[in-house]
Amino acid sequence: MKSTLLPSIALTAALAATLGAASPAAFAQSTAATAPATDDSLYQAFGAKAGLVRLMDDFMARLLADPRMNPFFKDVDQAHVKAQLVDQFCEVSGGPCKLAGPTMKKAHAGFDIDKAAFNALVEVLQQAMDAQGIPFGAQNRMLARLAPLHREIVNVP
Amino acid sequence: MPFFPASPRARCVAAVCALALAPPLAPAQSQDDAPAMPLRVGGAGKLLLTGGVSSIDGAAGGGLTPWGLTAGYADRHELGATAFASRSRTQDYALNVYGVALGWNDTLELSLARQEFDAGVVVPGTTLHLTVAGAKWHVAGDAVLDSDTWMPQVALGLECKLLDPGAAVGGVLDSVAAKRDGVDLYANATKLFLAPGALVNATVRATKANQNGLLGFGSADSRHYSIEPEVSIAKLLRRDLAIGAEYRAKPDKLAFAGAPFREDDWKDVFVAWAPNKHVSLTLAWVDLGNVVGHAHQQGGYVSLQVAP
Repeated sequence: MKSTLLPSIALTAALAATLGAASPAAFAQSTAATAPATDDSLYQAFGAKAGLVRLMDDFMARLLADPRMNPFFKDVDQAHVKAQLVDQFCEVSGGPCKLAGPTMKKAHAGFDIDKAAFNALVEVLQQAMDAQGIPFGAQNRMLARLAPLHREIVNVP
Repeated sequence: MPFFPASPRARCVAAVCALALAPPLAPAQSQDDAPAMPLRVGGAGKLLLTGGVSSIDGAAGGGLTPWGLTAGYADRHELGATAFASRSRTQDYALNVYGVALGWNDTLELSLARQEFDAGVVVPGTTLHLTVAGAKWHVAGDAVLDSDTWMPQVALGLECKLLDPGAAVGGVLDSVAAKRDGVDLYANATKLFLAPGALVNATVRATKANQNGLLGFGSADSRHYSIEPEVSIAKLLRRDLAIGAEYRAKPDKLAFAGAPFREDDWKDVFVAWAPNKHVSLTLAWVDLGNVVGHAHQQGGYVSLQVAP
């Protein structure tokens, strides 16, 4: 390693900062995932309750149409799951809701879910969020709050 | 393969095999009560671009440096593969690379790459051939989904490199006691900060390579390993589009032979586009610094990766 390294690392760090790379924002994100959300900007970005209801109507239709996801959703009470998803997304995005019902672990215990299945659901969700015109940044903020649920949902690690 | 003495090749195979066998021998990670799931060959459960692209040494990562991600889109319970071809051209040199990589269970990556470095500006008609066999073991963390913690995805890897320098360059390498083969060992930590869509990778590499091995390994002046850091940052502009920059520190073991052999760290800025999980295209601007008497070597880089 040569003496040129240190300035270059500083340059890289500066570039990281200009790219919006994350450290402070990510830290804020981390705390938001564990502490109760105090601002509802993400909830508003998703169109509040009406927007979430529209999103979940489309999301469920896409889940049923996706060959990877259909086996998980075809036999469930779809209206109930949609309502649960609205409450869950409302709550984690800082909206005035509280998800009731069984734990995530319990709710998914009847299925064998590996990481690929978890990601497949994320992909379908991304399509649904695109269809609702939700900006990429807001999508990622929402996904960052939901992704840690993989520890409770993925039961075939 | 007359170019490669049997013993370094045997060392290479042994080293790669040792790492390849490590996961099955390691303590099982899965829970005892978890149901068994069959291996899905060709499965592509990872999210778009989260297998990285193909580095010049064949391992998944950025262009110049490996990342802690395993190659391709195979997630747990899946087996996948990638193939790539890359080309870079600076003022005085050109590099072609092609290779393949296998990813198993989002745990183990095996890669093979072949570099053809056109050194005709130094010795007319000379192309240096470097073969790189790599193995990488994902040992901890999840770069993407653990978005509520600072825990990165951690991997350990090795790259076993065999150089065929040809007669003329080979004579020069012999005169400075640079060997024709070497093994790089590395550890990396990769983290996707999901909310801002930013990825950071840090790699520490133990290496004896001169110019990544294109000028052999070690020298009469320095036979020991050097520890070198490598840093990559990337930002997702869209799900299918990332931009970023890389910095790769390198040893300088031939500098004692004179200013022309002085070696610089490598840098690049890149954009990577993956319209789907079967193909990605990476464009970059690379700065290789001084390369055998030709300073300020900069130029374009293009890499195409395909996955079945």
